[in-house]
Amino acid sequence: MKKIINDPAAVVGDALRGMAAAHPELLRVRTDPALIVRADAPLAGRVALISGGGSGHEPLHGGFVGRGMLTAAVPGAVFTSPTPDAVQAAIAETEAGAGALLLVKNYTGDVLNFETAAELAGLEGTDVRAVIVDDDVAVKDSTHTAGRRGVGGTVLVEKIVGAAVERGVDLAGCEAIARRVVGRVRSMGVALTGPTVPHAGSPSFTLGDDEVEIGIGIHGEPGRERIPMEDADGLVARLLEPILADLPFEAGDEVLLFTNSMGATPLIELYLAHGVAERLLAERGVRVRRRLVGPYTTSLDMQGMSLTLLKLDDELTELWDDPVRTAALHW
Amino acid sequence: MGCTAQDVIAALRAGAAVVADHRDELVELDRVIGDADHGENMDRGFRAVASKLDTAAPETPGAVLKQVATTLISTVGGASGPLYGTAFLRAASAVGDATELDGMAVAAALQSGLEGVVARGRAEPGDKTMVDALVPAVDAATAAAAEGAGPDRVLAVAAAAARTGAESTEPLVARKGRASYLGERSAGHVDPGARSTALLLSAFAESRS
Repeated sequence: MKKIINDPAAVVGDALRGMAAAHPELLRVRTDPALIVRADAPLAGRVALISGGGSGHEPLHGGFVGRGMLTAAVPGAVFTSPTPDAVQAAIAETEAGAGALLLVKNYTGDVLNFETAAELAGLEGTDVRAVIVDDDVAVKDSTHTAGRRGVGGTVLVEKIVGAAVERGVDLAGCEAIARRVVGRVRSMGVALTGPTVPHAGSPSFTLGDDEVEIGIGIHGEPGRERIPMEDADGLVARLLEPILADLPFEAGDEVLLFTNSMGATPLIELYLAHGVAERLLAERGVRVRRRLVGPYTTSLDMQGMSLTLLKLDDELTELWDDPVRTAALHW
Repeated sequence: MGCTAQDVIAALRAGAAVVADHRDELVELDRVIGDADHGENMDRGFRAVASKLDTAAPETPGAVLKQVATTLISTVGGASGPLYGTAFLRAASAVGDATELDGMAVAAALQSGLEGVVARGRAEPGDKTMVDALVPAVDAATAAAAEGAGPDRVLAVAAAAARTGAESTEPLVARKGRASYLGERSAGHVDPGARSTALLLSAFAESRS
């Protein structure tokens, strides 16, 4: 393992201090418990929008803290959900009477810890709601699994609900928008290599030079099938087809297409893949109305990519277009 | 001889030591079917438990267990934090403010801990989780206690049953937690949560011998 770190156990805290140094006008951080908070929080009359989860997916979630997106992010240890008291601390620091909305990716640890925090904050009289993001079509949503994972679609949920918060929409309204976006967003990923967790020291899984893992999650948990390497056209089609079939997305639909790098796939490959996805969608009659391309929901140093489709309507498109100013997204 | 607060503290220190010793093994088990953090998280949590016991050692078994619960919940993270935390919290409630635990009380504490894990994690036997180690442990402990066994014997049979239970997870296909995403490919590996449960119970039992 070669990484630019000092102590594997201190990676998250050290990174947070660097992040604070890099973006003093946008955010402030705490290291015990670890929190990333909008510089101007709490905002009176605004819902506190909080997300979080294991570290290692940067810029998710801390990179999306700022005007028009998250009020706070709660980073856990690498690939490990934060504890309930950390989530409670984020609520206490940002909630200003309008309640708090927690955006939680569907992983057992995240759900348990965030729900526990919401219950505890509720006992203290704060109105806290949680919406679970579960956009990964690689996972069958059955009683025999923990359910679909929350992956790349989380970024779109955070942006759109963040815009609603900025417009002053109340807690119930923000929750409804979050649920609507979750209901309309689907993702699927592929890994070319496994990620290396700093404290583990070796890759979470290894793939041969001629192998890829289809349906990968964002924690280095292997995907559902391992297949021989294909060219970009083949891989993009393998990701796109299950997404299109799932919702389903049909000819005439207007979508946001998000092409995401898992961390170590360079932009030249990502743009190439995005171009393929645009072409395949055009052939299907699905109209791409908005785009996002880049490393936004990563898995440390994993090579690979994911595609996310969000079925748009005018309201969601307007919320997407609203101004945003965070470390990782700004327009 | 009953189990005092000092005995519970000694058991937890033994538990912390065994978790530290097996940190890499648990990371490795989790690397194969999960996300490679179980050993790291448990080690972080039990280090915090041991250091808390250095500075504040409560005076009843129940108070010790409650302190362990809150420490684990606030330091472990992941799914293991709430699950182990809830187990210790329910065990603390079960023993109440008794100053000494007999075999029946230890078995009841284990039973309540299991119920807490099931309530929070919604896992059943056969799902390839820590429940697969806990259920046989509780069954064995309850049977031994009913026959009049003391705490030492109750913990010993629980530990032995938990080890067997953990090993029994190897061929199973996971239905809960992150390993469930692997489907059939999760078979052939021991569940890290079941393994850590067996390790902890073994350490608790050995601290008494």
